[in-house]
Amino acid sequence: MSKAKPLGGRIFTPTFMICLMITGFFIYFAAKRFIFGIGSIANLNDGFPWGIWIAYDVVVGSAFACGGYVMALMVYVLNKGEFHPLVRPALLASMFGYTLAGVSVFLDIGRYLNAYNLYLPWQMNFHSVMFEVAMCIGTYIFVLWLEFSPAFVEKWQLKNFGKILNRVVFALIALGVLLPTMHQSSLGTMMLMAGFKLDPLWHTSSLPLLFLLTALFMGFAMVIFEGTISSRVYDLGDETSMFSKISSIMTWILGFYLVIRFQNIFMRGEMGHAFSGSFLGNMFLLENLLLLIGLFILSSASNRSNPRALFIAAVAILLGGSLFRFNTYIIGFDPGTGWKYFPSVGEQVITYGLIAMEIAAYTLFVKIFPVFEVHKPVESNP
Amino acid sequence: MKIKRRDFLKGAAGSLALLSLDVDSSQARTVQALPPDAVGILYDSTLCVGCNACMPACKRANNMQPDFTGDQEVWDNPQDLSSDTLNIIKKFSNGTGEEKDSETDGYAFIKRQCLHCIDPSCVTACPVSALIKDESTGIVSYNKDACIGCRYCQVACPYNIPKFEWDSPYPEIVKCQLCSHLVEKGGISACCSACPTGASLFGKVSDLIIETRRRLQMKSGKVYDFPVSSLNSGKFHQYKAAKYVHHVYGREELGGTQVMYMSAIKYEKFGLPAFPKESFVSMASGIQYAIYKGMVYPLVVLAGLVFMVKKNKNTEEAENDQKRTDSEGGVS
Repeated sequence: MSKAKPLGGRIFTPTFMICLMITGFFIYFAAKRFIFGIGSIANLNDGFPWGIWIAYDVVVGSAFACGGYVMALMVYVLNKGEFHPLVRPALLASMFGYTLAGVSVFLDIGRYLNAYNLYLPWQMNFHSVMFEVAMCIGTYIFVLWLEFSPAFVEKWQLKNFGKILNRVVFALIALGVLLPTMHQSSLGTMMLMAGFKLDPLWHTSSLPLLFLLTALFMGFAMVIFEGTISSRVYDLGDETSMFSKISSIMTWILGFYLVIRFQNIFMRGEMGHAFSGSFLGNMFLLENLLLLIGLFILSSASNRSNPRALFIAAVAILLGGSLFRFNTYIIGFDPGTGWKYFPSVGEQVITYGLIAMEIAAYTLFVKIFPVFEVHKPVESNP
Repeated sequence: MKIKRRDFLKGAAGSLALLSLDVDSSQARTVQALPPDAVGILYDSTLCVGCNACMPACKRANNMQPDFTGDQEVWDNPQDLSSDTLNIIKKFSNGTGEEKDSETDGYAFIKRQCLHCIDPSCVTACPVSALIKDESTGIVSYNKDACIGCRYCQVACPYNIPKFEWDSPYPEIVKCQLCSHLVEKGGISACCSACPTGASLFGKVSDLIIETRRRLQMKSGKVYDFPVSSLNSGKFHQYKAAKYVHHVYGREELGGTQVMYMSAIKYEKFGLPAFPKESFVSMASGIQYAIYKGMVYPLVVLAGLVFMVKKNKNTEEAENDQKRTDSEGGVS
């Protein structure tokens, strides 16, 4: 049994109502897409077949949702039990992040009714990176719900299910570590196929490694970002000591990533391109500048124990990591022959709607289900 | 359908490998070779007069809708390949645009369509094998009943060929399938049947390659026989040979294609990029294969993870039980 408890309190807060309103707009555009086709709401075209639904909702969104992955890795694989209180909130955020990435994919793929073909052995294409990513993400969504299900067990006293779950939970957790490692790196491999269409600043055979590392440090950064906000909003008490330990691990990964990133650019002779002052060169610099700011802030031990500095560093790292992924999927991508892309209002509303649903569902779940452990001395009686 | 069964067997072998952890039964990806009976098209830009006869012929043969541009809705006049247009003749023009096959003050035509790569990116990219390369004809065809509409083929295709029906509620991917329905019955592609000059020439790829060599050896200005419609149609026209660029586009680009181009002006003038010999596919799947060969590494990692998680989880539970008994003792 965990020490987590439902927070209770009012559900229909102003934040929750705003999220519901945005979800309403989402439903309008989603309905339009299913009736009149993707072209009726999106600026996607034959040159840019993938837009923000893939680049943000899936590629960036799933990195934001790597909190559950990195915390499970820390607590259960590397045996850092002291971070246990952070696991369940991180899993909850990951669960909705990935689930809504799945929803986004269903809006994005044209022939959604054929999705079952992914599970027919004679249709499977083992050569396809997309196949691997689709299978991994599909399975991982399921695994995340099961990983989180002890909270349902505690809430509804599902004794029998709890017993079965307890017997297999270690296998689920192991899968929950393996699957993101696989598909987060494959999200990088995916864009290798774009060949000359992707600018050399991003097209490198190191993409799988770079994507895995961004997933790791963005996962940690998200735990700090979300944790800081929830501990303020829900008055959970001070969690800074845990965040500062996490941030020091994150700093090492981030440093390693930056060394590889720049070494790779240098070795391939693209440094001149990076500093040429061109739009893409500047995007490359901006992406890494944001990460360097995060690294710089966290390199000082006093900043690592300062909640405000931690939060700012986490935001900079999340932005830098996201920009790297955006650059790889959209901004650095040019199919040639004059195609252009900028997300339409409809496309953006779908994305905002998914974010709103995520926030609404998260706030709802923490009030109903045991997610957070409260550290305030008065309330911490078992 | 042969290729399907082979793939199924491969899949079955893959699943067996998964169960038995047999390293040997995992298959490394080899670069595809040209099937011996592969068919294709040789498009000779110097013979094309830009009559566009191939375009309506293509639409008729494939039941495609006309693609209107501008105010008129009378005739088909697409500006580029689209979900309504599988084949298009485009024009390069420079300066006064008077002299045919001249890079300055001249013009030349180019036919754009699926080139039917020997090692097609789209086939490797497609997660559900909706795009397959026929084992004997080498034609890259599309199966709408398998396609999930993820559009990875569009991202992967270096020639930007697959198009998507953006305005349909249940869209399909659209691309030239070399009139496989006609080829099946011993026929040839509609565009080649319709071509009056022999600019679009259908034939076995191996024979077309020999034909390209013959043309490259021609003396410009001298009159030669040029076959019309297909290599073995028996029909010929006589033309003065043009001054060919000594490079057949598609012969080696990204591993080669079954539709090849010959021209008297440089290919980049038509917007055809210069490509290396190795396809981008080999790079991506090479990495994928090093990691996921027979799923051995992931399974070994999974086994390790299961072991560690189980160990750590047990210690955690033991500690929790300890604490609970302690605190219970404390309360009472």
